[in-house]
Amino acid sequence: MEWHDHGIIIGTRRHGETSLILEVMTERRGRHLGLVRGGRSRKLQPLLQPGNAVDLTWRARLEEHLGTYQVEPVALSAARLMDHSSGVYGIQLLGSHLRLLPERDRHSELYRAMEVVIEHLCEPQIAGPLMVRFELRLLEELGFGLDLSSCAGTGVRNDLVYVSPKTGRAVSRLAGEPWKDKLLALPPFLAGQPSVTPDRETMEAGFRLTTYFLHRHVYDPRGAKEPDERTGFVSAVLRAMDAGEETVA
Amino acid sequence: MTSMSTKRITGPEIEKLIQLLAKVPGLGPRSARRAALHMIKKKNQLMAPLAAALSEAAEKVTVCSVCGNADTVDPCSICTDPRRDGATLIVVEDVADLWALERAGAMNAKYHVLGGTLSPLDGVGPDDLNIRSLVDRVGAEGTSELILAVNATVEGQTTAHYITDQLGDTGVRVTRLAHGVPVGGELDYLDEGTLSAALRSRTSF
Repeated sequence: MEWHDHGIIIGTRRHGETSLILEVMTERRGRHLGLVRGGRSRKLQPLLQPGNAVDLTWRARLEEHLGTYQVEPVALSAARLMDHSSGVYGIQLLGSHLRLLPERDRHSELYRAMEVVIEHLCEPQIAGPLMVRFELRLLEELGFGLDLSSCAGTGVRNDLVYVSPKTGRAVSRLAGEPWKDKLLALPPFLAGQPSVTPDRETMEAGFRLTTYFLHRHVYDPRGAKEPDERTGFVSAVLRAMDAGEETVA
Repeated sequence: MTSMSTKRITGPEIEKLIQLLAKVPGLGPRSARRAALHMIKKKNQLMAPLAAALSEAAEKVTVCSVCGNADTVDPCSICTDPRRDGATLIVVEDVADLWALERAGAMNAKYHVLGGTLSPLDGVGPDDLNIRSLVDRVGAEGTSELILAVNATVEGQTTAHYITDQLGDTGVRVTRLAHGVPVGGELDYLDEGTLSAALRSRTSF
């Protein structure tokens, strides 16, 4: 067995004294693991860091084997990510999110979304909304997608400001008024206004929305807790927003 | 029916010695066999003193309750050394890193050993590391500078950022090691990430 693909490294695990097991999100084969012989050498270690984009050749005798990777660098983003808290928490969070998916299951759209998120992870005000969108895409790939295109009650497509926690569907301001205390807020950047730069309040609303549905559909049924790196990422984004607002003021 | 049983060439005691030596980092079964044979040949000069040293170390070695270092006394020799600058604390991942920094002899500070890095893949979270004790120590000892000497890996830097977040209100100055060109390194052979980091951290000449 042999294949070639592009991928982004999301994790590494030591294997013996000189090798490591590489966890990569690939474009056509989803999350895929493989052994890199000599992966802990001085030459390879800087290359085999989460966030780096690589070209991969995977070889194994049988398809179900772990197999070995031959890795060529494409874009080394890890050093840039390490300088920012939103960068390191963000790449670790992307890895945690992708581990919710089964191994070797193709998710090309998530791969492409991940490429965009990584490019902006060191710009918290852009990374925040992108991560919320990534989490919504992840929920969709797991079979729990939200329908934010039209109002669940009236069918209208504008002035959508709430999300029903029961159905995961958008609700318009008018239709949601009587139940507004029970509904989740829908930030404008998810309601057909992607160019609107979120302020702290709308950013928090975005994270609150995905937190609620991740817990309901993913973490709680699996008996898992929210990863620490998500808390770190959210704090880093909100802190950067506070600092930005102070600078503007 | 043929049996594939292997012939025993030494007694069980020597086999056990070889098996245990093979678990030491850097030694495989073949090199463990060579080491065992060398010790057997130098029984009085090497094997007996080594056995006594191992026994004594196993009996006395302990983890320092203050910094997490391995020593035969608690608190460890570094923590009780009055000549060290108690206002500066160097945070390392492992005892091996502490020994490496001590070999360099560049600073006369005290240390704090985390015992690893945050690693979601291996299930290592903040509660598995000596981070809580570090925060308490910084408050109690009046540390003025904390140097984060963790590895330049994503996991190491995640841990560094996490510690910085935890120390947010203490007012302590938090610094980290520079990333860049190693001594004797040739630019042509460095990865782009290291080169970018080195350029960003350039200093006046």
